Amino acid sequence: MDEVVRVENLNFAYPDGRQALTDVSLTINRGESVALIGPNGAGKSTLLLHFNGILHGNGQVKVFSRPVDDKNLKEVRKKLGLVFQNPDDQLFSATVFDDVAFGPINLGYSENEVRQAVASALERVGMAGYEQRSPHHLSLGEKKRVAIATILSMSPEVMVIDEPASNLDPGGKWLLIELLQKLPATRIIASHDLELVEALCRRIIVLDGGRIVADGAAERILADTPLLASHGLTRPEGLKAT
Amino acid sequence: MKHAFLDRYSDRDSFIHRLDPRTKLISVFLFILAVALTSPDMWPAFAVYFIVIAALVLLSRVPVLYVLKRSLVIIPFVLLIAIFVPFFKEGEVVGSYNIWLWQVSVTHSGLQVLWNILAKAWLSILSLILLTSTTKIADLLRGLEQLHLPRVMVMILSFMYRYIFVLVDEVMRMKQARDSRNFGGRRLWQLRTIGNMTGTLFIRSYERGERVYAAMLARGFDGQSRTLHQLSFGLSDVCFGIGFGVVVIFTCIFNFLY
Repeated sequence: MDEVVRVENLNFAYPDGRQALTDVSLTINRGESVALIGPNGAGKSTLLLHFNGILHGNGQVKVFSRPVDDKNLKEVRKKLGLVFQNPDDQLFSATVFDDVAFGPINLGYSENEVRQAVASALERVGMAGYEQRSPHHLSLGEKKRVAIATILSMSPEVMVIDEPASNLDPGGKWLLIELLQKLPATRIIASHDLELVEALCRRIIVLDGGRIVADGAAERILADTPLLASHGLTRPEGLKAT
Repeated sequence: MKHAFLDRYSDRDSFIHRLDPRTKLISVFLFILAVALTSPDMWPAFAVYFIVIAALVLLSRVPVLYVLKRSLVIIPFVLLIAIFVPFFKEGEVVGSYNIWLWQVSVTHSGLQVLWNILAKAWLSILSLILLTSTTKIADLLRGLEQLHLPRVMVMILSFMYRYIFVLVDEVMRMKQARDSRNFGGRRLWQLRTIGNMTGTLFIRSYERGERVYAAMLARGFDGQSRTLHQLSFGLSDVCFGIGFGVVVIFTCIFNFLY
């Protein structure tokens, strides 16, 4: 199987000295659908930011068998698209069109290719016709969809998505899950929403305190209630429903 | 949360709306320059400027009341700067008053300067309001970009437009949270709280800036910003540009000859 992402002995500390990742190693293959779960502050987002070279820690990060360094950065960011948690961070242009076109234009597509990429990306997320709207007048669900479209328009081979369902209502969440199921790319999804994880992912990596504490098939990990409970991912043991 | 649009009425349709943003930008710049260069005692010239701008407002089908209301915003700023001029400018005394210990006199030339500043500022703001309420901000930014305003400045403007509402929301939420905890008490305590809120807002904006930058990097941003060109410069732009330019420039030149 093709390796898509390989991380070896990654350590990372924030400038204020807080250790965010400790000795993280993992391999993700093409076509996999992997969930990265863990409680708040486990280091999920920090780990994702290493995948496309926005943060650099001690250790090896390889994407498509190439180290993520200045030389390969552009290639890596084309192949591995990262959707940020807060769409207000991701959508920074005056119109939806400009935002979705931002990636393709940076990749040097011709004008026609850019228009095609934008049209098909918006179509895929069900937001066709929103081209000239400004992002700040959209609802959160719409913003999330457009945020995904901004990455889809670059046709990445791997989609990395940070907390796709945070703050969405259940209806919006399930619509988003349906949309994500249809994406052809390899998926890496960070979340602590187990419903979403169960619907989307075959493999689960559990991260807590900056370390990988479990890695395995989704059914096995989701059935392991004591494991989930001890990492803040389900109702704490001893706390019974009334 | 929903906000008023900065560029309200820009989605209507009229002759003015359909003009290329570059035409409008240059026209407004020309207009403001001409107004600023006109000498204060040239009443007819100011009348011409006013008629031109009033005609354009009517043509644009933007509600007149809305334009007038928004134009009032400029008054406090101008007054703050110019209100003391009549008292300090030397010249023919129009009136003199005794206020407690001081003898204060108002001069004719001073009043003229005040009127002049007020009129010029008002005419300029009218033209700017017309510009922003007939042009979508996105088009305006694109126009500025193609007029070769430095890229960095266009991007700063675009970010400002994008995030001003996010910031307003954040302030509103902070205020609601503050008031829900019975904000009140001594004045000094209140000031301290407001200071803390301002600081928090600054830090949050700074951190958001970093996250936005990371999101840009993730999509292949390399310091160079590129956009597609979507503007079209048509016959109506040429006609409007020439017509407007001739009227404004002639009025201004006439003022020098006179």
